Amino acid sequence: MLARIDGLRQRALIAGAGALVLCGLGAFVNPDQFFRSYLIAFVLWNGVALGSLAIKMLHQMTGGAWGLVIGRLLEAASRTFPYTLLLFLPLVFGTKSLYIWSHPEVVGADQALRDKAPYLNTTFFLARAAFYFAVWNGLAYFLSKWSREQDEGGAEPYHTRLQVLSGPGLLLYGFTVTFSSIDWVMSLDPHYSSTIYGILFMGGQGVSALALVITIVVVLGDHEPLKSAITSRHLHDLGKLLFAFIMLWAYFSFSQYLITWSANLPEEIPFYLKRTQGGWQFIAVALLVGHFVLPFALLLSRGTKQNRRLVLGVALFLLFMRLVDIYFLAGPSGHGEGPAALHLHWMDLAAPVAVGGLWLAAFFWQLKQRPLLPAHDPMLEEALEHGR
Amino acid sequence: MKLKRGPQHSIYGLMAEFDNPSALVAAARKAREAGYKKMDAYSPYPIEELVEALGQHHDRLSLLVLMGGLLGLGAGLTLEYWAAVIAYPMNVGGRPLASWPAFIPPAFETTILFAALAAVLGMLGLNGLPMPYHPVFNVERFALASRNRFFLCIESRDPLFDREKTVTFLETLEPREVAEVAY
Repeated sequence: MLARIDGLRQRALIAGAGALVLCGLGAFVNPDQFFRSYLIAFVLWNGVALGSLAIKMLHQMTGGAWGLVIGRLLEAASRTFPYTLLLFLPLVFGTKSLYIWSHPEVVGADQALRDKAPYLNTTFFLARAAFYFAVWNGLAYFLSKWSREQDEGGAEPYHTRLQVLSGPGLLLYGFTVTFSSIDWVMSLDPHYSSTIYGILFMGGQGVSALALVITIVVVLGDHEPLKSAITSRHLHDLGKLLFAFIMLWAYFSFSQYLITWSANLPEEIPFYLKRTQGGWQFIAVALLVGHFVLPFALLLSRGTKQNRRLVLGVALFLLFMRLVDIYFLAGPSGHGEGPAALHLHWMDLAAPVAVGGLWLAAFFWQLKQRPLLPAHDPMLEEALEHGR
Repeated sequence: MKLKRGPQHSIYGLMAEFDNPSALVAAARKAREAGYKKMDAYSPYPIEELVEALGQHHDRLSLLVLMGGLLGLGAGLTLEYWAAVIAYPMNVGGRPLASWPAFIPPAFETTILFAALAAVLGMLGLNGLPMPYHPVFNVERFALASRNRFFLCIESRDPLFDREKTVTFLETLEPREVAEVAY
C-alpha cells in the first residue's frame, strides 16, 4: 500500500512540476493569461481541500459508516492547507493583473468602485486571505491532531472534543468560503454581486471532495487495509452522497439563474448576458449536461454506484467539470468591460495540471503519514460491519 | 423442539420464530440457498439486509416511481405551456410567453408530486394492500412480530414445500419454534 501511494505521489509530482515549468514559461510570455489560468486552477484544488475539511466536520457532527472509512482520506486532504498557502503566493503578485479594483485610476473614475474601496483594496484583500488560511489550517490541525491522539489513546475525550470543534468549525467554513469566493472570483467583476455565490462554491466543493475520495478509494481499493474495509456498500453510500451534492450544486446554480433572470436588474443580468454569447453559451450548456444531467442519470441507478470502474469514471469526469464550472464563474469578466468572446488558452489546462499535480503530491505525502483506518474510534467496528 | 400442529387440512405455510434480526437474516439466506423462493420475513422494524437475503427485487417499484416522475414533469410543463401561452397569453416584463426558467420550479414540484404518489400507490398496489385477512395472523405468537420477535414463513405454494421436509429444514436453522400456519 505504501509503495503504491509513493508511486502515485511521484507521478503527481512529476506531472505537476512539468506543467508548472511550462506555466512559468507562459507567465513570461503572457502574464495576464498566466494569472487568470492559475487563479482558476488554485480555486479548484484549494476547493478540493476545503470540501474535504467540511465533509470531515460534517461527519463528526452526524456520524455514519460512510465517513469513518474515508476519514483518513479527508484528514489528509485537509492537512494540505500549508501547501495551498504556498500555492496561493504567486497570486499575491497577480492582483494588479487580475482585479481592476486594484487600479486606483479605475476606482477613482467609478462611483460604485469608490464605494466598495474600503473592502476591495489590496491590503485588506491580502489580510483576509491570510485570515482564511489561518482558520483553515487551524481547523485541520486540531481535527488531525485529536484524531491521531484518539488512535493512540482511546475514544474519550477526543470524540467529544472533535464534535465541539466541528460545529463552530462548519460555521467558520461557511463564512470563510463565502468571503474567499467573493474575494478571489466574484471580484473579478467588481460590479456584480450575488448573495448565493459562496453557497454555490460550497456545493461545488462537496462535489470535488467526494469525487476525489471516490477516485482514491477505487484506485487504492485493491490494497489492504482499504480492500477489506471498503466494500461496494460503502462505495454505494459515497455514490449517493456525490449524487446529492450534484443536485445541491444544480439547485444553487439554477436558483441564482432564476432570480437574476426574473429580476432582470442592470447590476446583475450582465453576468448571464456575457455568458450566453461569444462561445460562452457552449460552456453553459456543457455545464448543464456534464455537471448535472449526465452524472445525475448515471448515478441514479444502484448498479453504477456499486460498479467501481463506472463510478471512478463519473468521479474523474466530475473533477474535470468542476474546473469547467469555476472557469465559467470566473467568466469573461477579467477582460475589461463589455462582452468578450470565449478564448481558450493552453495554460487554462496546464495550470490545473500544475497545481493539481503538486496538490496531489502533498495529499499523498500526508496520506502516508497515518494508518488509513482509525484504530480507537468507537464506531469503527459498526462501520466495517455495515459493509459486510 | 416441538412442532405445533394445526388441523390436518392444507396449510398456508410454515413459520419459524427467531430472537434477533441477524438470526432471521441468516435463516432467510440459508432458505434461499436451499432453493426456497416463496417466502416472506416479518420483523418489528425494517432490516436492510433482509430484502437481499430473501432475494426480492424492488425494481418494479423503482420503475413505477421513475415513470411517475417523468409523467409529472410532462404534465407540469404541459399545464404551464397551456396556461401561459394558449389560455392566458400575458406579457410579463417583455419576456417570451414560453419562458422556460419560470416553468422549471412548478414542473419540478409536479415531478415530485407524481413520483411520490406513484411510490405510495405503487407500494400499496404491489403489496396487495389493503388486505383485511392474512393467514399469518392465525399463529398466536405472531402478535410478537410487532414487538421483539422475528419470523420467517415458507409458503406452501413454493414448489419445494413439503410439510415434513420443510419442518426438518426450518429446525436446522435453530429457531425458537416452528409453527404451522393455517388458512
